[in-house]
Amino acid sequence: MNEKIDITLTINGRDYPIRVEARKTLVDAIRDDCGQTGTHIGCEHGICGTCTVILDNDAVRSCLMFAVQAHGRKIRTVEGLANGEELHPLQRAFITHHGLQCGFCTPGFLMLAANALEQHPDIADDELLDILSSNLCRCTGYQNIIKAVRAAAIEMRGVRAAE
Amino acid sequence: MNHATYPPPPPASARTVLGHPVTRIEDLPLVIGRGRYAGDINFAHQLHMRIVRSTHAHGRILAIDTAAARALPGVAAVWTNADIADLSPIDFRADKSSEALKPFRQPALARGRVRYIGDPIAAVFAEDPYVAEDAAELVNLEIEALPVVLSASDPPGEFEPGRSGEAALLRHSYGDIEAAFRAAHAIIELDLATGRHSGVPMETRGAIGRYDAARDILELHGAAKIPHRNRETLCRMLGRSPAALHVHESHVGGGFGIRGEIYPEDVLVLLAARRLGRPVKWIEDRREHLMCANQSRQQRHLARIAVDRDGLILGIEDEIFHDQGAYIRTHGVNVPNRTMCMLTGAYRVPAYRAIAHVRLTNKTPAATYRAPGRFESTFVRSRLMDAVAERLGLDRIEVRRRNLIAASEMPYTIAFNEPGVEELELDSGDYAALLDKALAAFGWQNLQQDLQRRRAAGEAVGAGIAIFLEESGRGPTDNAKIAVDGSGAVELITGGASLGQGFETVMAQICAEALGVDYRRVRVIHGQTDLIDHGIGAHAARATVLTGGAVHVTATMVREKALEFAAELLQASPADLDIADGMVMRRDHKGGSISLAEIAKRFAPGSKLLRGRTPQLAAHGWYNTDHTVFPYGVHLATVKIDRDTGHVAVERFMVAYDVGRAVNPLLIEGQLVGGCVQGLGGALCEEFRHDAGGEPLAVTFADYLMPTLRETPDVEVLLTEDAPSPHHPLGLKGAGEGGINGVGGAIAGAIDDALGLPGAVRELPMSPQRVKALLHAKTSPTDKAPCPRMSR
Repeated sequence: MNEKIDITLTINGRDYPIRVEARKTLVDAIRDDCGQTGTHIGCEHGICGTCTVILDNDAVRSCLMFAVQAHGRKIRTVEGLANGEELHPLQRAFITHHGLQCGFCTPGFLMLAANALEQHPDIADDELLDILSSNLCRCTGYQNIIKAVRAAAIEMRGVRAAE
Repeated sequence: MNHATYPPPPPASARTVLGHPVTRIEDLPLVIGRGRYAGDINFAHQLHMRIVRSTHAHGRILAIDTAAARALPGVAAVWTNADIADLSPIDFRADKSSEALKPFRQPALARGRVRYIGDPIAAVFAEDPYVAEDAAELVNLEIEALPVVLSASDPPGEFEPGRSGEAALLRHSYGDIEAAFRAAHAIIELDLATGRHSGVPMETRGAIGRYDAARDILELHGAAKIPHRNRETLCRMLGRSPAALHVHESHVGGGFGIRGEIYPEDVLVLLAARRLGRPVKWIEDRREHLMCANQSRQQRHLARIAVDRDGLILGIEDEIFHDQGAYIRTHGVNVPNRTMCMLTGAYRVPAYRAIAHVRLTNKTPAATYRAPGRFESTFVRSRLMDAVAERLGLDRIEVRRRNLIAASEMPYTIAFNEPGVEELELDSGDYAALLDKALAAFGWQNLQQDLQRRRAAGEAVGAGIAIFLEESGRGPTDNAKIAVDGSGAVELITGGASLGQGFETVMAQICAEALGVDYRRVRVIHGQTDLIDHGIGAHAARATVLTGGAVHVTATMVREKALEFAAELLQASPADLDIADGMVMRRDHKGGSISLAEIAKRFAPGSKLLRGRTPQLAAHGWYNTDHTVFPYGVHLATVKIDRDTGHVAVERFMVAYDVGRAVNPLLIEGQLVGGCVQGLGGALCEEFRHDAGGEPLAVTFADYLMPTLRETPDVEVLLTEDAPSPHHPLGLKGAGEGGINGVGGAIAGAIDDALGLPGAVRELPMSPQRVKALLHAKTSPTDKAPCPRMSR
């Protein structure tokens, strides 16, 4: 069980060669072995969604995967959401609409919403509500989170239309 | 002490940044993943702690075998109570200390007995958190099961031989209660209960202890809520001086009253860091959190109300059974006391008597959670008022309106008979005006007709109301340090704490308004005991009012200093000068101007301009008050019940709240909506239940059900500023708890209304199973269980 395996995690376009036990969860490897602590741990049993990252093209709960399962796949975390100094429309909208208080669940919501809007730019509002209902927040009562995501969705559609 | 009365403060329109809904200065690092929560803090060569916990709700420890755990490679130490025998149990805060309660304190590691499932028994220290967990599983426990007590309204057990499990019998009373009930036109008795639930922040607890032998300083990182008070307690427990024990708060992933109190794990990481000579990190997992962090709310109330024929209240009497759980934690018996103190709410109640049995049970210890004692007592009071309306055939709004304390009666004092029980001096408020505004904004009148139509068409829909008082800003004092540096940046050091509520932005706004600078240039420091010696932290809706008062006082001192210096440089009178955007200039805009940055440079230490005066554009100020301020609110709800499943859908919810003066309406709305949704959890779905042996049944998020976006209505907020506090220079009142206070009361009334069963809701949460039971009782009527007799 304690034997360690060499793997490479590719996080936000950068390779992290690491050596981990097979039992190490992806979120622990991202945080402890790769030093990317923007992804948080809320429950470690796949319900709260705080640890959501984008794996290839899917939003996944990184507490429910082992690090070795992510070897060779593309991982995106909140640290990679902004384009350099320029914030992602979702990040800006969360600030403008007061979509965060303690900020602990925020990276998970950002990655969940980013994936939803990238995969389905014209997503119906009801579907968006369904997707965002998969993560927990204890501070905001969700109202400003949905406001922020709706506002970002409109902005992102506008940018797409202009391109 | 300060008995000052202040004139009504100007509205936001007359202010630059105070009162404006500006965005937060704390957000940027949090949206880019650069926050620093407890789990993100690491020190070189740190050890990881894992706690071995009791799997018995009550038992005698016969043996603990740690040999196998100690033999595991990577394990540095394994401790049991024998290793920390000299450590006192987790102590009360100084202001909550009571000799009689001391035997009920929790040892950091169980001594002889375990009293709830989750009780810490041993601590494992290892190189790696996975290894620590492996080792913890190798600790062998031999425990002899003892009988469990699981209900506070059952006869109390023995806490230890010769010591009753009823730790305290508390009392609040005034007026002639016997006469009130003798004179009553009607007396209503209700047997009510609020369920066990808690704050459950998204970040679990965490603590990192570090001993710096070079400086002989012990540091606790990952602190929250009340770093200064905790330092005081920890110093007492560990025998250190305050200068040799530093408590550091970083980002905190939600608090809600439960995070940041001192728990066994906080003391253990400090002691281990000292003794093992290496930093020690502990991060709670969610299962531990749901078994071990403070729980709250579980009370049974045998409540009686006496009214005259018009529905005017003559007296209220209540016997409370408070389920304290296994030990008494840091704030003693605060929750039952707040329950009794606030039970009469916004109503004129001529006679009152409440007693609270504080009883130990074999469940997780209970303590404060957002609006402690008020969520519970507002539920009770609202149920009583609905019952009065029903009994007398009055409208439930009308019966409330008749009993509200009038604006003309302010300040309104409620003094209790019991020595040492603080009187309430309600500072300001027009409760009836807020009620009217809320009803109008909600469209209550038309809504009733609409609901009636829908009920006639077969839907189970209804509306409910709760009216409540909050308390906030309790004194006596807080302080702040402000300095403007040579670049014009402002550093504001407070002893406050941030739990995510927007503390930094609010303090920056208050500082910026007084000082005449951009609020984004104010760097706000909090939760660092080595930078300021006194601080109240963030609890009881106190930070904005009390710490905000200190920031206002201090920023005003710096402003006066800046004007005095600038007047010399600009050859003007200070009275003719103003500060805007960090520039001092004449009010008539004639003549030159000078920046605060330049003034700071010119009056730096050693400057010849000082002529004996204290250098620097800086001040350390104090705000003193002996007043608590009382905001108030009205909650209105409509629900729709699915008769097949028992599911209660909240269609609409309004929080109407008078905050005196708002520092930042955007953030206040955030507090009110967030609190409201937590309240909906406690009213409808969140509950820590136990089986007959005391096994907790909700130790994952699959069993402890918190509202998601799907269960959450678009909460409507009506924020008013009708009653600024005359006891605060800015008129401020707190807003942290106004969203949650009345949710249970309003939802209960709405469910009754929807089911057409007045008085049906007697307990919270109204889970689908309980709603189904009411529906079942409706179709097959049986005699209701009689209300048990009160003991007096």
